[in-house]
Formats: sequence, C-alpha cells, structure tokens
Amino acid sequence: MLQTLSFSCRLGFAAALMAATPLWTWSADWRQFRGNLATGVAAATDVAKAADLEVAWSVPLVGRGLSSPIIVGDRVFVTSCSGYRQDRLHVACFQAGDGRQLWERQFWATGRTMSHPKTCNAAPSPACDGERIFAMFSSDDLICLDLDGNLQWYRGLMVDFPNASNSLGMAQSPLVVAGTLVVQIENDSQSLAVGVDPETGVSRWTSERPKRANWTSPAVLPGPTPQDDLILLQSSAGLAGVRPATGEVVWNYDNGASTIPSSTVDGGRIFVPSNGITALQVSAGSANPEVLWNEGKLGPGTASPIVVDGQLLVLNRAGVLLCAKTDNGETLWQKRLEGPFSASPVAAAGHLFFFSENGLAQVVKLGAEGEILKTKDLGQTILSTPAIAGKAVYVRSDQTLWKIGG
Amino acid sequence: MDRRCFCAVAAWAFCTSAVWGASPGELIQQIRQVGPKGEGHAAAKAAVKELSQAGAATLPLMLQSFDGASPLAANWLLGAFEAVADRSLQAKELPAREFEIFAVNTKNHAGARRIAYEWLLKVDPTAADRLIPNMLLDPSAEFRRDAVARKLTEAEALQTAGKKVEAVAAFRVALQGAVDDDQVKAIVKPLRELGAEVNLQQHFGFLPQWKLIGPFDNTDKKGFDVAYAPEAELNFSAKYAGKTAEVAWTDFETTDEYGVVDLAKALAPHKGAITYAATKYPSERAQQVELRLGTPNAWKLWVNGELVFARDEYHRGTQLDQYRVPVSLKAGANTILLKVCQNEQTEDWAQKWQYQLRVCDAAGAAVAPAKATTSQFRNSSSAPLIAEGR
Repeated sequence: MLQTLSFSCRLGFAAALMAATPLWTWSADWRQFRGNLATGVAAATDVAKAADLEVAWSVPLVGRGLSSPIIVGDRVFVTSCSGYRQDRLHVACFQAGDGRQLWERQFWATGRTMSHPKTCNAAPSPACDGERIFAMFSSDDLICLDLDGNLQWYRGLMVDFPNASNSLGMAQSPLVVAGTLVVQIENDSQSLAVGVDPETGVSRWTSERPKRANWTSPAVLPGPTPQDDLILLQSSAGLAGVRPATGEVVWNYDNGASTIPSSTVDGGRIFVPSNGITALQVSAGSANPEVLWNEGKLGPGTASPIVVDGQLLVLNRAGVLLCAKTDNGETLWQKRLEGPFSASPVAAAGHLFFFSENGLAQVVKLGAEGEILKTKDLGQTILSTPAIAGKAVYVRSDQTLWKIGG
Repeated sequence: MDRRCFCAVAAWAFCTSAVWGASPGELIQQIRQVGPKGEGHAAAKAAVKELSQAGAATLPLMLQSFDGASPLAANWLLGAFEAVADRSLQAKELPAREFEIFAVNTKNHAGARRIAYEWLLKVDPTAADRLIPNMLLDPSAEFRRDAVARKLTEAEALQTAGKKVEAVAAFRVALQGAVDDDQVKAIVKPLRELGAEVNLQQHFGFLPQWKLIGPFDNTDKKGFDVAYAPEAELNFSAKYAGKTAEVAWTDFETTDEYGVVDLAKALAPHKGAITYAATKYPSERAQQVELRLGTPNAWKLWVNGELVFARDEYHRGTQLDQYRVPVSLKAGANTILLKVCQNEQTEDWAQKWQYQLRVCDAAGAAVAPAKATTSQFRNSSSAPLIAEGR
C-alpha cells in the first residue's frame, strides 16, 4: 500500500513537472532503450497513422546497427558502426520532421569489436538526459555529445577494464536514472556496472557483477521522487535494485533470471523474465522484494515483456503473443505473430508495434483479444527495438531509418 | 610527423592565435593529456569545447595532433576535428589541398590520414581515383582495403577476358596488399583455380611450429590462476606431473593454412585441462608488432617472460585476429609462451580447444621472421634462447 501511495505521489509530481516544462521534454521524447522509463510504452495518445504503417520518410544509414533510435525534441539520434572490423563508430542526428541529416560524428573503437555475425558493435542503444547523448558500443566506447554533435567527453571502458568484453558481442544499453548514467558491461570475464556523472564522464561508482554473459538492459523502478528511483540490474543471478547515485544494492532477487529479455515495471510491480515471468513488488521498509506470482508458461523469447493498459504481454520463442493478467499471470488470450523476433515490442494508445527479423511490421490492437490491425513488409532485416515519439514510430535496420506515422 | 615537428607547429599556432585565451596548440596539448578512468576530463572537456569552435585554418594542425596521441585522446581530438570540419564544409572552407598532402604522407597517423581523405572526398570525389591506386601497401588497413578492391576488380576482369597470365599477375599484386581475410579469400580462390600456389601461413604470418606440454589440471576452471611449471621455467627436457600422468614437451607443427593448432587432436580432447605452447620468433630488429590470436578458450600470453595479456572466457566464439596484443620484440630470438585452457562444458559447440597466432604490423600485414632458426628451435631440448628470455 505504501508503495502504491508513493507511486501515486510520484505520478502527481511528474504531472506537475510536465505542466511546468515544455511538453516534449516529458511526453514526446523517447530518450533511451524502451523509452524514458524503459517500459516500452509511450505516452502518445494518437498513433493512428503509425498504426496504419504509413511511412512518413526513410533515410539511408551507414554501416550496421542494432541499437534503437532515440528521439529528443525534434531530433532523432542513431548509432552505427562501419568498417571491416566494425571499428568506426558513428552517431548521426536527423530532423524528425523530414528525415534530413543534421550532423554525423565518427570515432574509433578503443576496445575489441568482435561479435557474432548476427549482431554488431552498435548493439547497445544510446541514451539522453535531455542535454547530452550517451552513445555506447559493444567495444565499451562511451561517447557523450551535446544535441548539436559537440563532443563533451569520451570514455573507453575497455581501456579501463581490459577484459570487459564478450566475443559474441555485448548489447546492454545504458540508462540515465536519477541523474546518473548507469552502464552494465557484463560478460564471462570482467563483469561490471559503472555509474557515470553525465556531465563530466567521471565514474561515481563501479561495482562487480556476476561473471556471466548478459545481454539484458536495466529497468527503472520509480520512487516517490526522481532521486528515489532505483535502477534494476538483471543477470543470470537474478535482479538487483540499485541506487543510481552510489551503486548501493538496496535489495536482491536471487532466484535467477534470463540473460536476454529484460524486466519491465508497471505500477510499482516488476515483471522479471525468471522461470517464465516472476512478478515482484517491493514494499517500503522491506529488505527484499516480495514474489507476487510466478508463471512458467509466460517464458519470453528474445523480446522483453511489456505491460500495456494493465495487461502483461509476452512474446514467446515460437512467436506467440501471450496476454496475461498482471495480478496473477493468468493467460487471457494468445495470438500467433509472424516471427522470428529479436526486437522488443513498443506500445502507445492501446497499440503494440512488432517488427520481425524479416522486416515485417505488425500492429496489434489490444482489446478483449488482440487484433492484428495491419502488417507491412519493410523488406530488410530488422533486429532493433523501435521507438515511439509524438505520433510516430521510428525503427531502423542496418541500412535504413524509417519514420512511420506522425 | 614527429614530436619535434608537432611542437613547432603548435608553437606557430600559439603565436598566430590572438583570439582565444589558449592557443589551438595549447588546447590540443591539454586534450592529449586525457587518461583512462576519467583522468584529465575536466581540463580536456573545456579544451575540446573551445577547440571545437576553431576555424578551418586550424584543421591541418588538428590533423597533425593525432600523432602520438593515445587512442582515447585521439577520439577526443577527433570529436573536435569533426565539428570544425563539418562547419568548414558548410562554409566551403575545407582546406582540401592540405588534407590531401596529409593523407598521402604515410608517416602521419594512419587513422587521421583516413579521416582527412574521407573529408577530402566530400569536396573532391576524384581524389579516390588519384590516391587509392598507390595505397596497396599502405600502413593503413583501410587504405589498403580500398586499393586491393580496385586491383581485385581489375584481376577479375582479366580473368573474365581469358587473359590468364595477366590475371594471375594482377591477383598476385592484389594479394600483396590484402590484410583482410574476406579479400584474401576472394583473391586466393581464383588464383588457385588458375593453377597458382599460395602459402597462407606465410601471407598472414602464422606461427606453425610449437612445443606443447599438457594436460595440466583445469577442473572447475581453477587452473587459469595456477602457475604450473612452464610459467616458471622453459626447460624442454623437463617432465612434470600433469592432470592425470607425467607430461613432457612434444614438437608440433600445424599444416592448417590458417595456422590453427588443434590441441584436441594434437594431444587429446581433454576437458578441464591446460596446455602450454611455446615457440620462438626471431626478429630482425627491435620492433613493435602485434601478436594476433584467435581462440575460443581462456588463455594467457607471455613474450620474453612478460605476461602481456590474459583472458578467462570460454566458448563465446573465435575468429582470425580475435585478440590484438601489441608487443615489443627485441632483435634476435623472442620467446612466446601461450597457456590455453579448456573447461568442462559438454555441449557440442564447446569442444574446441585450439588457437592460431600470427605476427603482424598494425595494418595486419605479416611481419616475417628473420631468416633461419625455427627448425633449430624444434630440435633443441634445452632451448637456451628461450630460457634466456625468461
């Protein structure tokens, strides 16, 4: 109950802040992997054109990339890598309105770039705190640029931690939470999480993490105020609630978790890809999270689970979309989509957007049952999770960035 | 450009700068001091902000500043360079001639030369035809790649035209420059179809001859941190207690054209085991080279008794040049000792126990060993040259 009240207070605080700041800073941006709070859900209320899969524009991209685009105000930011060794790193900025490229900056990888052929060095998604872009790569290069492409600082985390790499490639996306940039670089050899001061690029803390390859990205557990937000670090060991400013582990769920799909949070409850899905709730004053329920049948494939309008949606390995109650994990309905999928779904205004590896866009409208509203073949391999900003969905392949709707 | 030359240019820039509080040369020096773990960020951040506002005339100095910069500092400098170059391009002030002069000078920083070339192409696309054909043996792998691609196209056209002798000659020229395996494969396949012989071990600089000893125990992966006898001494006559029995050094030479030493075949497919592999590399002179290793196993590498890198990752894939380890070789014989660890995973994809190691320059071109001696090493039992290096 306390947690629920706290979350309500937080929502009220957020609403007040939204009223006091330009609208785009809160509702229209998509500042990091799976959105501002890493839930995959956008605040947009009108995605009719996007749901019709109407392509507003598409632009060519250089090299390769699995990272998600992020959108800040009227700008879209995309990372890529190029070169035979994937050692050329690119950060590009496009005008959201017409797709015109505003600038591009490139850098040289300072860490190892090897990956499985399916993925690439530009697998982690960039993040933004509203003023700066943080572009992370599998080679552990962490680049900070302002929104106009001016370098703010540059870290080579593999220079600092020479074994923080995975020969299959890494994909964990950094998140900005409560004023700290948190980077997970987890692998079999030198596994770490680092809290970085976004302004200076200097580490606030570094903590050891389980030595096991891990491709999950963090989630955010909102607290009563933004400074109370916890970042949720998932690994094969489970899930840890961590204070972003200090790296202090507040609580642990230690019953194991997936190393590919990531957790999601809704209404103070955490849905962890652990033995299927395990729902957790953290009560104020409690040392560890309470397990609300576990449902083995809800095992996600590569895509992360998402909660939309109080319903939990899980895309399993067979490409079947399972819709379950968030209260107890009971399956409400299921619908087969056309996979396979690497990208996680995103949602807005009761619509879910899926992009298969074969480039098939599929829009599912939520209701008593899921309805596939529309499909469209984009004709290219898509492994990247899309973004939603304003009324549009943005998605990228290696070669192309599309704006759909808007 | 050497350091003296850079300092002279920086001094010139300082004298001619009347607008900024600090000259471009001073700003560059500040940026070049940036270090790992955020060291020097505050000063470098301020410097890069100011340098990014510089005019087009500063670009040649900025290009020169990459020489000798650490990889981290080079990226800071590149950030500033790209901002200035972008603005200069919009203003049609890009100093194309200076960029070309810089790009063709192989003594300059390889990466910066390539950046200069790519910006040059934005205002002068004809530069590719003018410059690339002369870059087949360039110190920059990227320039070589472009030059090889052109030569490969030419060779393929000759082959298609039925000009076999000319095609073989052209493929051979292309192969001289090729350092990327996809291009090497694209050249070697038609060459062999045309009846030519190619020695890929020599082309890449693989080390085929080794002395092996093992297995030592690596149960639960604990042997990675255990310093077994070969880490303390390299005595090829000695015998040691191994994982299950006494072990002794044996000679092994791989015939794999990519230099792969398959320990599961050379010894046996042991699990939870460690093998040490030793060889000697005769260097014509004291020089910087890269040892490039590919292995799906955990490993440690020593050169002349110094541990140069160690990594405890198992079965996450392997490929040519997976690891690039810069090392300093001395003139004469250099000992290379590799510890290759196998874990106890039972999956089909976790059975490889192998490595490939080559000696090359920063572009990936083989650095040939000094003439003679490898067979001397194979046949020696006490290996005094190796013992000397430890």
